[in-house]
Amino acid sequence: MYRVAPGAIALTVLALNTAASIAAGPADVFKDAYAKAEAANGRAGKLKNQWTPTQSALGAARKAADSGDYDAAVRLAKQAEDLANASIAQSEREDKLWTDAEIR
Amino acid sequence: MASTIRVRAIAGSDVTEVQALIQHPMDSGFVKDADGKLIPPHHIETVQFEAGGKTVFTALWGPAVSKDPFVKFSFKGAKKGDELKITWMDNEGKSDSSTAKIQ
Amino acid sequence: MRKVAFLLVAMFVGAQPSWADEKPAPEKDLKAFRDYFTARFPKLQLNDFVNGPYSMNEDMRKQWIEKEDFPPYDFALDRGKELFGTPFKDGKTFADCFPNKGIGIRQNYPYFDEKAAEVVTLELAVNRCLEANGEKPYSYVKDDMAAVTAYMAFTSRGKPFDIKIPDSAKALQAYEDGKRYFYERRGQLNFSCASCHVQYPGERIRAEVLAPALGIMNAMPIYRSEWGGMGTTARRFTSCNSQVRATPLEPDDPTYRNLEYYLSYMANGLPVSGPGARP
Repeated sequence: MYRVAPGAIALTVLALNTAASIAAGPADVFKDAYAKAEAANGRAGKLKNQWTPTQSALGAARKAADSGDYDAAVRLAKQAEDLANASIAQSEREDKLWTDAEIR
Repeated sequence: MASTIRVRAIAGSDVTEVQALIQHPMDSGFVKDADGKLIPPHHIETVQFEAGGKTVFTALWGPAVSKDPFVKFSFKGAKKGDELKITWMDNEGKSDSSTAKIQ
Repeated sequence: MRKVAFLLVAMFVGAQPSWADEKPAPEKDLKAFRDYFTARFPKLQLNDFVNGPYSMNEDMRKQWIEKEDFPPYDFALDRGKELFGTPFKDGKTFADCFPNKGIGIRQNYPYFDEKAAEVVTLELAVNRCLEANGEKPYSYVKDDMAAVTAYMAFTSRGKPFDIKIPDSAKALQAYEDGKRYFYERRGQLNFSCASCHVQYPGERIRAEVLAPALGIMNAMPIYRSEWGGMGTTARRFTSCNSQVRATPLEPDDPTYRNLEYYLSYMANGLPVSGPGARP
């Protein structure tokens, strides 16, 4: 490890941060929202409880992003995340409730 | 190749009852496949039943008849042991025929 | 040290499956299941339940009886018999993979394979036979698979279902997993299998008359007019999942096999009526 002047490090960090905030446009907002939705749907998948509208919303979000309509894309990605979370909540709920329906 | 036609004809005191099951895709021409392409129409257009040299029943089918169609009808004037011939022709010009003895 | 103690306590008090307080009792479940349906349909013979919607609706029953003279699964049955007897590339046939040469054994499936610790369905056994003999496996849900299992079911027609659940933790767990899946609501429409087949047998969902869950496996595989072709149990499971807007699992998923295990056991004593025809 060779010695670097502290001032040089500070300048580099500042430069990088500026570069990052210049690049954080609608595409990145979409990427973030989509990743969140995919992650939630992944968790639902582990519970074997995904919903088909979740997949449709993800697909529609991707399509909107590809055509440049990032507002719609982000909205659809958030919708997908909500649907995925609802499917997870359903699985957790049913894990306790199913015995009520059981014929005894 | 195995016949596409199963036919059974039973002679009663007055009428002979005929049942037939025909293996055919009966594609209407309105259905799309998994890639979104239209499956071309391929369906039976005529079915003919003959007994004693005469046509006793003709069916004119089309896209509204479902896959593997089943037909049942009765006719007079035949007796046990007579031969019943059935022939179908589809919109692609394909055809098949079969004969059965009336039981 | 405290961490270890906490973990030990958590193991006992914490996340246990809901049934862990009592050992699963399949025989008790079966009796309760059967009593529920026979009490609901007192005029029905027990064996009639295997005819699904035809035991629920007189008009449908008449049409079905007429069609059974020339059933739509006839072509698949012939094809199945042909495939069953055709040797593989290595000279063996399906008869070499199954007990009793594969004839008259359908009523014993699914069964629990203790060594592999999984439920084996007839379709899974057919594909394993193909792979063991260097052949490509069939699609698990239709066409050739349904043709072969249709033939095998036909050779068992009339034989009572005889599903065995060995008294082992893993087998009982598979049974319980299948039962849980049956009663759990799923999909955006929030239906469970029980929502239709326990709560409303004989009633309609859109234009279809619902079959009772008792004996619902016995006619498999079926020619469904809706499909315009044959389908196995897994085909019905996947399409039912989609219909309630749940993403279907892989057709040979262990969960589906556990569900089939549970439902088949519930039909013990009821005759094989397959292959079947359904609307």
